[in-house]
Amino acid sequence: MTVSQVSFGSHEPVLDVKNLTVKYIGDTRSTTAVDRVSFSIGTGEVFGLAGESGCGKSTIANSIMRLLKDPAKIAAGSISFGGKDVLAMSPEELRRFRWQDVAMVFQSAMNSLNPVLTIGEQIVDIFTTHAGYSRKESLRRAGQLLELVRIDPARLKSYPHQLSGGMRQRAVIAMAVALKPSLLILDEPTTALDVVVQQEIMAQIKELQRELGFSVLFITHDMSLMVELSHRMAVMYGGRIVETAKAQDVYANPRHPYTQALMGAFPPLTGPRVPLTGLPDGVKFRNIPDLTEAAPGHFVAPFGADAEAAVLEGAAR
Amino acid sequence: MSHAVLSSQRPSADTEATALEVRGLGKSFAIGGLFSRESVRALHGVDLTIGRGEIVALVGESGSGKSTLARCVARLERPSSGEILLDGVDVLKRDRFQASRAFRSQLQMVFQDPFGSLNPAHRVEHFLRRSLVIHRKGGSSETETQQRLEELMTTVGLQADMLNSYPHELSGGQRQRVAIARALAVEPRVILADEPTSMLDVSVRIGVLNLMRKLRDEQGISMLYITHDLASARYLADRTAVMFAGELVEEGESLDLLASPAHPYTQLLVSAVPDPARAGSYDPVRRAELRQAVMASTSCAFDSDPNQACSAEEPVRHGVGDPENRHWVRCHLYRPQAGAGGHALATEPTDNKASA
Ligand SMILES: Nc1ncnc2c1ncn2[C@@H]1O[C@H](COP(=O)(O)OP(=O)(O)O)[C@@H](O)[C@H]1O
Ligand SMILES: Nc1ncnc2c1ncn2[C@@H]1O[C@H](COP(=O)(O)OP(=O)(O)O)[C@@H](O)[C@H]1O
Ligand SMILES: [Mg+2]
Ligand SMILES: [Mg+2]
Repeated sequence: MTVSQVSFGSHEPVLDVKNLTVKYIGDTRSTTAVDRVSFSIGTGEVFGLAGESGCGKSTIANSIMRLLKDPAKIAAGSISFGGKDVLAMSPEELRRFRWQDVAMVFQSAMNSLNPVLTIGEQIVDIFTTHAGYSRKESLRRAGQLLELVRIDPARLKSYPHQLSGGMRQRAVIAMAVALKPSLLILDEPTTALDVVVQQEIMAQIKELQRELGFSVLFITHDMSLMVELSHRMAVMYGGRIVETAKAQDVYANPRHPYTQALMGAFPPLTGPRVPLTGLPDGVKFRNIPDLTEAAPGHFVAPFGADAEAAVLEGAAR
Repeated sequence: MSHAVLSSQRPSADTEATALEVRGLGKSFAIGGLFSRESVRALHGVDLTIGRGEIVALVGESGSGKSTLARCVARLERPSSGEILLDGVDVLKRDRFQASRAFRSQLQMVFQDPFGSLNPAHRVEHFLRRSLVIHRKGGSSETETQQRLEELMTTVGLQADMLNSYPHELSGGQRQRVAIARALAVEPRVILADEPTSMLDVSVRIGVLNLMRKLRDEQGISMLYITHDLASARYLADRTAVMFAGELVEEGESLDLLASPAHPYTQLLVSAVPDPARAGSYDPVRRAELRQAVMASTSCAFDSDPNQACSAEEPVRHGVGDPENRHWVRCHLYRPQAGAGGHALATEPTDNKASA
């Protein structure tokens, strides 16, 4: 069994990423930001992508959305959505694909709202441009949409600066699900927010997901949050996936030392104080091999004694 | 992974002796133009003590006043009212206009941003040597200074040859260790650390917390650890204090406080921490009630106990549970007037209606 065959909701994946390799081409040297990454997301499944800054999470999200800009180049691999080849889509197909099939919420999305337009104008714009509804119908739907994310429809008349950070982020999420996409990509959607607001937004997304049934690609560096929300997840390091399994399995039994270090970085809120170690500064993994199935549905990149190629470098303490 | 339980009572801890005491600290910022009389109250009547060799965590949402408190105590900001006592000496009276060198050799601050706090033009050695020279802690010869430099590096878990590195050659965690070494060079009694790990990659955060614990255990340094991460406060701090809209509302031994939070604001914060062990236990109705209790409390929870009941004028500190845990909560009937902080709670009133 290969990784891309394991999925949660149905056997027919909504999204199938195979062997994706993305490089940023520089004048003197190029970096491989994403290196032979494969995963798939089933219908109604929440799939988490965890890993520290710079490991390639946003590059993957941007590849799926076809938003990669110049120095970035997809060097190998394929992305298919509902059986269609995303990398081969025409600009016309892409326009449809981006709002109606897949929508994305960025980390700083709440700051990307247009400051001179009201929330209502911005939502109405999505409906008139992409769905062809009349202005009146669009306005009605915009009100419904705000109610869906528990913002008073009277707020349609508000400008972004008149809303709190949490409300703005919620408005952005409402806009993302406006056209009922089948996949929602959340790239660190709550990183800039306080925990209480973060918890409320995540609960909201969970509820919307139950109601509307879309699949989610959820990107974060917060392992606790990820395990709470995701059905399945993958842990990335240096452009490679080092481990992927059901989220609960990763939580209960992290196998790769890097996954263990990430888990160890979040002290528990209950039980005795137990010393944690994290990852020593400066430790690096290199030449991470392909995943192998360590337990049913639990894939891990061989490390240490298992793999001569996987070198753990640095001053371990 | 080792399963030894970390002791909460360190050999060097001397909870009787106070290293830092803050009394009635207040701070208002003038806002608006030059002739504006408007001001925003960032701190109000804060009382806080840190014992020798004790780590106290200060938690709360962003904007609640945590950094303002640290900056006032570090004399980077002039408090509007109150007293700051270091080893029993009122430092605002002693050094009236600015922090003296004596003050800075007693108390050091470590900031959130390890990138911004180190000048990129200098090697690591420069930062440490400078601290040693200014505070005359470098010994009487170059050999002794060199030895001290290497000692500092070892203490913070860096190799001595990194003295020759430039900041950009170090990882975020390594830079924060250099910043801590620079603070240690002056041999301070107290370190104020303002979100020292929040800009670091998650996998190296624990290492920095462990270093802080080691400094407390081995050198008896007292610390104020400012964070919005309750789990890390519980991991590191002996006691935890909760700040809401510029006022302390609850404080106690960390494990006890987080196991049985008494103030609705603390309860709300605790309930929001993602924790896979409790996944699914989230109850939106309960949360809406908590939020309601924080924003519009209607009665004193201690009214039924005549010994604990509040006076009508002033919020009272009520003891919670075993006095051993020094756990108190402020009556939330007199909730802080959110002059500045608590913004997230105050500006999202639609949640009450919707999620109840
Ligand atoms: N525009 C760019 N030019 C060159 N390198 C880039 C660019 N964007 C990202 N990278 C590099 O690609 C890698 C992955 O970045 P990114 O996908 O943003 O990671 P993440 O989202 O996990 O933080 C990083 O090493 C980063 O330095
Ligand atoms: N220099 C300043 N001028 C005006 N207001 C300030 C200043 N510094 C802080 N504040 C206000 O004081 C409040 C507390 O801020 P801060 O201490 O930074 O909170 P925290 O560190 O808990 O996030 C905030 O409302 C902030 O806007
Ligand atoms: Mg990113
Ligand atoms: Mg702050």
